[in-house]
Amino acid sequence: MHVEEICRLHSTYREDMRVMGYCFGKGDKSACIVGAMRGNEIQQMYICSQLVRALTELENNGCVSAGKSVLVIPVVNAYSVNTGNRFFGVKDVDINRSFPGNDFGEPVSRLADALLSRIGEYSFGIQLASFYMQGEFVPHVRMMETGYQNTSLANLFGLPYAVVRRPLPIDTATLNYNWQDAETCAFSLYTNCTDRIDENTARQGVAAILRFLTRMGIIRYESHSGYISHVLYESDLSDVYAGRGGIFRGQVKAGEDVRYGMELAQIIDPFDGRIRERITAPTDGIVFFAHTESLVNESDVAYRLIHRLHE
Amino acid sequence: MLEKVFETELAVGEHLAVRRNRLEPEGGWKKRITLVSGIHGDELEGQYICYEVVRRIKENSRFLTGCVDVYPALNPMGIDMAHRTMPKIGMDLNRMFPGKEKGSMTDRLTAAIVDSIIGSDICIDLHASDIFVREIPQVRLAEEFAEELLPYARWTNVDMIWMNATATVHESTLAHSLNLMGIPTLVIEMGQGENINRSYGDQVVDGIFRVMQEMGIWQGPVADTREPAVSSDGEVEFIRSDVDGVFLPQAEHDHYVHSGDLIGEVVDPFEGTVKRQIYAKRGGLLFTLRAYPVVYEGDLLARILAQ
Repeated sequence: MHVEEICRLHSTYREDMRVMGYCFGKGDKSACIVGAMRGNEIQQMYICSQLVRALTELENNGCVSAGKSVLVIPVVNAYSVNTGNRFFGVKDVDINRSFPGNDFGEPVSRLADALLSRIGEYSFGIQLASFYMQGEFVPHVRMMETGYQNTSLANLFGLPYAVVRRPLPIDTATLNYNWQDAETCAFSLYTNCTDRIDENTARQGVAAILRFLTRMGIIRYESHSGYISHVLYESDLSDVYAGRGGIFRGQVKAGEDVRYGMELAQIIDPFDGRIRERITAPTDGIVFFAHTESLVNESDVAYRLIHRLHE
Repeated sequence: MLEKVFETELAVGEHLAVRRNRLEPEGGWKKRITLVSGIHGDELEGQYICYEVVRRIKENSRFLTGCVDVYPALNPMGIDMAHRTMPKIGMDLNRMFPGKEKGSMTDRLTAAIVDSIIGSDICIDLHASDIFVREIPQVRLAEEFAEELLPYARWTNVDMIWMNATATVHESTLAHSLNLMGIPTLVIEMGQGENINRSYGDQVVDGIFRVMQEMGIWQGPVADTREPAVSSDGEVEFIRSDVDGVFLPQAEHDHYVHSGDLIGEVVDPFEGTVKRQIYAKRGGLLFTLRAYPVVYEGDLLARILAQ
């Protein structure tokens, strides 16, 4: 393994922000894994750190295939991690909405451009991503429907679900979209949390990436076969909205099997403790996303269900 | 008449409501103008403009012959907190249009805003700059709608019309969504974030009354309006910092500069040295000037509309 600087950003008041890459093997640019692009993506950073640790051991044991190389970038946005901000700098810019970037524009555009220039040549790209809604997801692999997406390959992670999202205009500035545009086969990997570490799903995330790299012939690693992923389109998920605002008392978790009419959550009046609303399942299915914050606003997404699917 | 166009219950003892003031003549009307502002909570120039438009109409309501809808705050919690985005979720409301009736809170909010504007004969979306740069009053147009919008834009009394400038006029913004629906929508940008420049505000208010007069919404006297410079991206010189440091402007915003004039300096406060002196490569109107001193490499320092 060797460590290289991918790019750096100068500040008058802080040490330079250096984006560091951990390189394994020599040869074709086979796979690149990117971690925390936002300052609260602690789980994503942790998964990458554990991946670096695992790949170091595998490389020392001669388990990185000849002619293949893997690059891991655990943290892109260290400045924001250290200040506790999700987005970058005083302008509060989302780096993951700044691609492809350019080398003559704003600081974040330059950063995005420098990053994509370095990682755009890899055959496979895996981003440890997070969603703007606070809550728990079932671990899954997600890809944009760009015409280049390959759901068969998404299956090789062995996670329970592979989700295809039709991109909105706002998605076209993400790394995943632009990676695919650069002809990298790109995946976003979601575990169940963002700003805290969940050891179980972090291990699941590391195992899924190692499984994928093994199945693509990039490393040799004996692992459990995982799941045969269920492929679904994001538009097919059933959203269950909160009908009232108040204190959210969730009763089911991501991954649970629910039945039509089953009580999923209660919304409690924050002043007198009465139940304002009982949220019930509009369909049989599996909970794909669950709101986990203590408070909820009217019309917030409380749950997303995989319609008529059972454990 | 104050009306709520959207309301939703927040978690604790409050509703998020988007309100508009509808001003109508007594005898009915045929044409309708919509003024919206505060989609970005840190842009406050539109607050003065909304106030002044409503004030002038109320003071001379006999001249009103059409309907005027004024929405000072599309992102009311953002304005309250001086946040550009929607507080808590951190999403830019002006990247969420046109929304959908059955969706998340922001989907429903943006859909309700669009639904309430449908039927207007023209919409003007009032923005300020951010806190980082100061701007002269300007209309920003996406090139695809320029032919239809230019006649309206010329009445607005701005100093400049800039075609295909920034994301402000791009896809999933309110302006783009409304223009796609056939409602001519202009984006006016001026001043600086978290500030009100009353002089710029009065200039734009005069322009809004000219638009209203031309469209048969206002029969009263209006001030003379200026002919704006019309520019495409090629005529604008962007000056960015190639070093980090503290920017000290030397040139005056909203003034003409000559090629070779000193725009400002980027200095190092630790070493007491000038890291860069920034000169104009082309002469013209200095229509953008950095206001926030701390810069990274790549930050915008100035824009010049070349003569």
